[in-house]
Amino acid sequence: MSSTVGVRISVNGEVREHEVEPRLLLVHYLRDRLGLTGTHVGCDTTNCGACTVHLNGEAVKSCTVFAVQADGAEVTTIEGMADGAELHPLQEAFWKNHGLQCGYCTPGMIMAAADLLQRNPDPSESEVRHGLEGNLCRCTGYQNIVRAVMEAAHSPQRTTVGPPPPEKPEAREEVGKGVGA
Amino acid sequence: MIPPEFEYTAPESVDEALQALTQGGEDAKLLAGGHSLIPLMKMRLAAPSLLVDMRKLSDLRGIERANGGFRIGALTTHAQVSQASELGVAAHAAGKIADQQVRNRGTIGGSLAHGDSASDMPAVLLAAEGSVVARGPNGEREIAATEFFQDFFETALADDEMITEVRLPAMDGWKFAYEKFTRRAEDWAMVGVCAMVRGDFEDVRVAFTNMGGTPIRASAVEEALRGQGRGAIEQAAQAAAEGTDPPGDLNATADYKRHLARVLTRRALEKAAAA
Amino acid sequence: MSTVEAGPTGNGYVGQAIRRKEDPPLITGKGRYTDDIVLPGQLWAAIIRSPEAHARIVSIDKSAAEARDDVRIVLTGEDMTDLQAPLPMAWVPPGVEIKTPEHWPLARGKVCHVGDAVAVVVADDKYAAVDAAEDVIVEYDPLPAVVDVEEAMKDGSPLVHEQFGTNITHEWGLGSEDVEEALAAADVVVERRVVNHRTAGAAIEPRAVAADYRAGQLTLYTATQIPHLVRLQLAGCLGIAEEHFRVVAPDVGGGFGSKLNVYGEECLMAYLSRRLETPVRWTATRSEDMQAAVHGRDQVDYARMGMKRDGTIVALHAKLIADLGAYQQLLTPFIPSFGAFVMSGCYKIPSVRTDIVGVFTNKFPTDAIRGAGRPEATHLIEVMVDQAAAELGLDPVEVRRKNFIPKEDFPADVAPGVTYDSGDYHGSLDRLLGTLDYEGFRAEQARAREEGRYLGIGFSTYMEICGLAPSRAVGPSGVGIQAGFWESAVVRVHPSGGATVWTGTSPHGQGHDTGFAQIVADRIGSTPEQVEVIHGDTDRGPFGMGTYGSRSLAVGGESVARAALKVADKAKKIAAHLLEAAPDDIELRDGRYQVKGSPDKGLTLADISLAAYVPENIPDGMEPGLDETNFYDPENFVFPFGAHAAIVEVDAETGKVDLKRYVCVDDCGPAINPMLIDGQVHGGIVHGVAQAMYEQVVYDDTGQLVTGTFVDYALPTAAEMPTFETDRTETPSPVNSMGVKGVGEAGTIAASPTIVNAVTDALRPLGVNHIDMPVTPLRVWQAIEAAQGRGSGPRASEQGVPEGGAQ
Ligand SMILES: Cc1cc2nc3c(=O)[nH]c(=O)nc-3n(C[C@H](O)[C@H](O)[C@H](O)COP(=O)(O)OP(=O)(O)OC[C@H]3O[C@@H](n4cnc5c(N)ncnc54)[C@H](O)[C@@H]3O)c2cc1C
Ligand code: FES
Ligand code: FES
Repeated sequence: MSSTVGVRISVNGEVREHEVEPRLLLVHYLRDRLGLTGTHVGCDTTNCGACTVHLNGEAVKSCTVFAVQADGAEVTTIEGMADGAELHPLQEAFWKNHGLQCGYCTPGMIMAAADLLQRNPDPSESEVRHGLEGNLCRCTGYQNIVRAVMEAAHSPQRTTVGPPPPEKPEAREEVGKGVGA
Repeated sequence: MIPPEFEYTAPESVDEALQALTQGGEDAKLLAGGHSLIPLMKMRLAAPSLLVDMRKLSDLRGIERANGGFRIGALTTHAQVSQASELGVAAHAAGKIADQQVRNRGTIGGSLAHGDSASDMPAVLLAAEGSVVARGPNGEREIAATEFFQDFFETALADDEMITEVRLPAMDGWKFAYEKFTRRAEDWAMVGVCAMVRGDFEDVRVAFTNMGGTPIRASAVEEALRGQGRGAIEQAAQAAAEGTDPPGDLNATADYKRHLARVLTRRALEKAAAA
Repeated sequence: MSTVEAGPTGNGYVGQAIRRKEDPPLITGKGRYTDDIVLPGQLWAAIIRSPEAHARIVSIDKSAAEARDDVRIVLTGEDMTDLQAPLPMAWVPPGVEIKTPEHWPLARGKVCHVGDAVAVVVADDKYAAVDAAEDVIVEYDPLPAVVDVEEAMKDGSPLVHEQFGTNITHEWGLGSEDVEEALAAADVVVERRVVNHRTAGAAIEPRAVAADYRAGQLTLYTATQIPHLVRLQLAGCLGIAEEHFRVVAPDVGGGFGSKLNVYGEECLMAYLSRRLETPVRWTATRSEDMQAAVHGRDQVDYARMGMKRDGTIVALHAKLIADLGAYQQLLTPFIPSFGAFVMSGCYKIPSVRTDIVGVFTNKFPTDAIRGAGRPEATHLIEVMVDQAAAELGLDPVEVRRKNFIPKEDFPADVAPGVTYDSGDYHGSLDRLLGTLDYEGFRAEQARAREEGRYLGIGFSTYMEICGLAPSRAVGPSGVGIQAGFWESAVVRVHPSGGATVWTGTSPHGQGHDTGFAQIVADRIGSTPEQVEVIHGDTDRGPFGMGTYGSRSLAVGGESVARAALKVADKAKKIAAHLLEAAPDDIELRDGRYQVKGSPDKGLTLADISLAAYVPENIPDGMEPGLDETNFYDPENFVFPFGAHAAIVEVDAETGKVDLKRYVCVDDCGPAINPMLIDGQVHGGIVHGVAQAMYEQVVYDDTGQLVTGTFVDYALPTAAEMPTFETDRTETPSPVNSMGVKGVGEAGTIAASPTIVNAVTDALRPLGVNHIDMPVTPLRVWQAIEAAQGRGSGPRASEQGVPEGGAQ
């Protein structure tokens, strides 16, 4: 086995420390080490988005990130979206609008949608459809997912959409219109 | 889909990173966004012995306007480039790469270094006549886009060199379009055409994605149009596929790609002219 | 839309769009899919699969893998000769022999498709297993492969199984004997070759299995649609008694038929766990799922439709050449035959016959993917109706109308030998046209053509057969499937008044927990919140047949309804006893069992169940408890139907098709929960549109799988799909007490011909009169080029493209 590396990752607001093989994928770290099995794996090629989590506030496909790359970062998974018993507006909207059937794509869809709404709080239907182009669903035909995201965008709890902002905003200020601004 | 084992280091500075890369030998590789490299490793099509993770090299992130051009740090993500509308066609094309999650990770440096002619940024760099700045054990050099791309997955970069910066001239006065033809929005380009027009066709640039082993400038089209008007587009676009030898695949035969190149060149030029 | 009568007891939950009970865990990341289940002491298996399409196994060198510290065992097919029986195939049609090679979890001696499993490595964790699998060295002696089904039928073709001397597995026919005469008497016979290409189920959750053998008891967690059948069949393969064998289908991340099978990996994990006496698990990668989960469709169909000049259809003959792949999975050879039962479509056609040839090729077996035979048949009929209309210069809508079975003819016997239960085909088409503005569209189309834009409209009026199934019709002495097709249910009211309902169906996204709770709540006087539905565990209820063939509501739901009525019946008797009234005078109103005419005299279900479980005061001779079981075997199938239309614009320069509008009216009988129906319809439509426009499983001419990942096997995303305009009519079925039919496959069945007809309609002015799916930009461009006298057109089939791609 190659030598292990220590990682310190804040997952859903709780700092976790582990020794990991450098090749350990973030999705396996979350599922197998932390038991956070809400993040799913649906493909081998970074296409399906079932593994989407937020890394420092941005949606990423955790099947294509090494856990070591998340060292020192904040990770939010589907398990971290609800505030106690209170569902996140996207979770509520997916439920209300029948935005899921088998539920396998759902965590990834919700995490991708949260990133979308952070960037674009008032998306058109077409913007929602394009914003979810990195996530595949076989069951719903997308129609109710799109409806759910549109509804969440206009939910009164709007301000709480998306996990907390990144701890250290990195050197992004230089970018003309900062990402996520 | 489990990557093979490797050793790992995440140096704090470019110099340390270059040192690690040199000491790691020919199987050592840089890791930027990982969105080309990790998929290859998961398929076990790549098995680097050492990965030198660039994530702590924060100097390599961000966009600056300098000397009449733009300096884009190699680690700047596609998402960041796509938001920087002052970059013109580069921002527009970066927004068409894959999906949001991929754009949040993939970097402009990685995209160019990987040398995949199906990638979108290489054609943009070529059309914009930009360059990359590479640092290696023997110091720094600037490599023009025309020199940089050599063949399928082959660039002018040496194994122990790192792209630190991408330079794009400020394209004030240019109008542009990037036409990317895909089956699904998230797909790689079957063919992509980057078109740029200065003023009233005083100058014209056209470059292709995925029409050969490297991005390709359509010089015949450019010559036929330079100094001409919009009315010459249709005729000029007919020359688009001249001299190209695109690889066929499941979704597109070589003939079809050449046909698409002609159609998309016309459309991209019309769009640019109308912009 | 006619209003839905609430359940017999009037609580009125049935018919409401109530939120799903199954969602809270799924939206918070608390679902429990097979790969989420952790078993103490578990080991991970990795499977070594053939990179060759057809080859003899010369040798397998396990030594390097075995030498690794973290490897527990490495096995090949030859190491597992103690298995009791090969993997099952369950169709034995009376009078027809089906060539069925032995099919083992690990190949013995030879491989017959890319992805055929040849060895397995079991290691301490999943990373180690994958590493060790790379150390197993297999030497192959390649044999010539055959991938094109029509090539495989020819003399001299390479043989997938030499022992049979042919690749033809069987021939089977259904329908009118006089079809040739009927065709000869027609004014015009329209003939077409229609390819229905190979697709994948592609549920987003890949297949996964975890086996746990301890102290003589085997538990198998598996992502399946049919836990009981898996147990029954694997009990035979493994030689384990059913009573010591438990199969659990936990949350299942979509199936679409790809999990409606008994797979080698299920057998293999059970075998390994028993042999190592510790849990062993395997989760497919997407690439494995593409290589080794059943594919669907893959037919080359030759149709001849006999017409009168006025558009009356007088005869239809369909010859289906079915590419079955390399082995027979559970129902591989039967699937095309299922289509034969609906070959008359919505039409009154005096003579209809289907003749089927099954053929082996060096590809993974096909089996029941969403629709299973019916999409292929419907595609064929609906494309043929449009082709015939065009050839006769008639409007495709008028030709449909002219031939519809009229409403008053139901129940209607049709030439393939089944009896359609109920239908109103004019009704759904009229309603569709009402939303569509057909004439307006034709005017717009004409204007667009003047501007060089190509719009097209396509229709499909479909019917399907579902509600599988009357056991006598489909079972051993009927169609020949070696099983019964009833369903089981238990309604168990607890002493405190809440209820647990067991269903033998095994849902994986359809929302049974909610719909069945609505049905039961109305019938026993409870609320959906107080009714929990359980399923998918052979130890928690009686034998059940599972979820497939849009059967769950019409058969499983009916069984649940009947068990609930049994409970209500007993509850009424207890209430009558307690209230000192006659049982016939007790009615269930607003959730209370009360004496007719005296609403103040009433009891809740909780009052009654307490009395039933503390039986101090129940009628003499009555058994205590409130817990009823039902087994329901339907008397007929049910036949949902509907009308779909699509409007597309084809970019004639690039060949790209833009789906602009999709409108549909479906009829699946009265709605239990309309929200669930809409969801099924949306998903079904995308599945069908996906086949028509995006998805195709392609093997090249050497038998390599070209579309082995989601990069090349192109599921559409939200960005490609429009918002569908869905609507319903409700024509009850006389077959069951709720009048319900089924809707899980309707969209898929209807959508592919809708799209192809629309694209053809758009392309006709360019000289393209017929095009096969998938209507990818390349195929459409090639078709236009050929019609304009340039190029030879699209390939007849993408199966067997030259190595590496399309040239
Ligand atoms: C699903 C999916 C779809 C995609 N679709 C598209 C698309 O449509 N268009 C498109 O253009 N791209 C696409 N990509 C590729 C994506 O843009 C990649 O992120 C990009 O090509 C590589 O950037 P990276 O930072 O991830 O590089 P990495 O994967 O980290 O590195 C790639 C290679 O470049 C080397 N490298 C990285 N950075 C440097 C540097 N600074 N100096 C020297 N060498 C370096 C690495 O050693 C490695 O060999 C897609 C990727 C995925 C996963
Ligand atoms: S599992 Fe990560 S994108 Fe599919
Ligand atoms: S709900 Fe099943 S994949 Fe989306």
